[in-house]
Amino acid sequence: MEAASSPDGPLDPLDVAERWKASGRDVALATVVETWGSAPRPVGSHLVIDADGNFHGSVSGGCVEGAVVAEAVDVIGSGAPKMLEFGVADETAWRVGLSCGGRIKVYVERLG
Amino acid sequence: MDLKSLRELNAARAARRAAILLTKISDGSARVIREGDEVGGELDAAIAKAFRSGASGSVEADGKSWFLNVHLPPPRIVVIGAVHISQALAPMARIAGYDLEVIDPRTAFATSERFEGVSLHADWPETVLKERPLDAYCALVAVTHDPKIDDFPLKAALDAGCFYVGALGSRKTHAKRVERLTALGASEAQIARIAAPIGLDIGAASPAEIAVAVMAQIIGAFRSRGLAGRGGDA
Repeated sequence: MEAASSPDGPLDPLDVAERWKASGRDVALATVVETWGSAPRPVGSHLVIDADGNFHGSVSGGCVEGAVVAEAVDVIGSGAPKMLEFGVADETAWRVGLSCGGRIKVYVERLG
Repeated sequence: MDLKSLRELNAARAARRAAILLTKISDGSARVIREGDEVGGELDAAIAKAFRSGASGSVEADGKSWFLNVHLPPPRIVVIGAVHISQALAPMARIAGYDLEVIDPRTAFATSERFEGVSLHADWPETVLKERPLDAYCALVAVTHDPKIDDFPLKAALDAGCFYVGALGSRKTHAKRVERLTALGASEAQIARIAAPIGLDIGAASPAEIAVAVMAQIIGAFRSRGLAGRGGDA
């Protein structure tokens, strides 16, 4: 067992982001910047997304990734970063809420 | 974040160096901060705190919003001695989320049968540590009882600033060890960092109990890096 140079080994989102970008793909990076209550992924966790909606990593337990990917594709197009907030208090909770009852803030930016 | 910063960040992580990615929320511009770097203004205190705690978070400073993403190397435990204590310590470290490897030149001890699934080096510490040097995110656990094997890695761990250095042996054994390490050039302050007798004082008797005491002491040392005197609120 080699000492892990990246916490998630070859599947580490930041390594994936670098590879995708180097191969010419347009890439957005989503980062959990704040959590309240019970949140499945800690502050600093990443989801990397390309212009076709391919993604890697996670910012929740799979509850809000779909919404983040959709926003990320917009961010790749516009170049302007966005701050997204998800939580159960939201009326749209069934669509893009966190079933665990937590709230998270996700920052989405275009890479490069 | 630009690609250059991402490459710099990934290179630092691959080299087991601590780094913070500092992002300005308003425009997404980012830079990589290394330990000891100063950016000036109110951010420096937040950066120093983030390196100590390892906790990423949002900060308001100098009238702007920032995000500090802290990347600390995963802690790695290097055990000198493929002994009974190490056999118990290896699975505990895995469960606690720490990388662990065992070094022992005595091939009768360092067998894959005794250490199934564990990273094992049946070689002298001098040889192994040349290839895989110790750093500040390593814990060194010396448990062979044999000065020929233990002394070199103990001195190397003190010089590398390992966050934890522990050595098995009674107070009498340790007094002799202190004499030898002093002769090797270790300072009084360095020697004071060695946990000896090894492990938290929980009255551990069996090898497995000693392993619990050692693992707990390592966790305590890792979670209180640079926070001497802090209470047990981790």
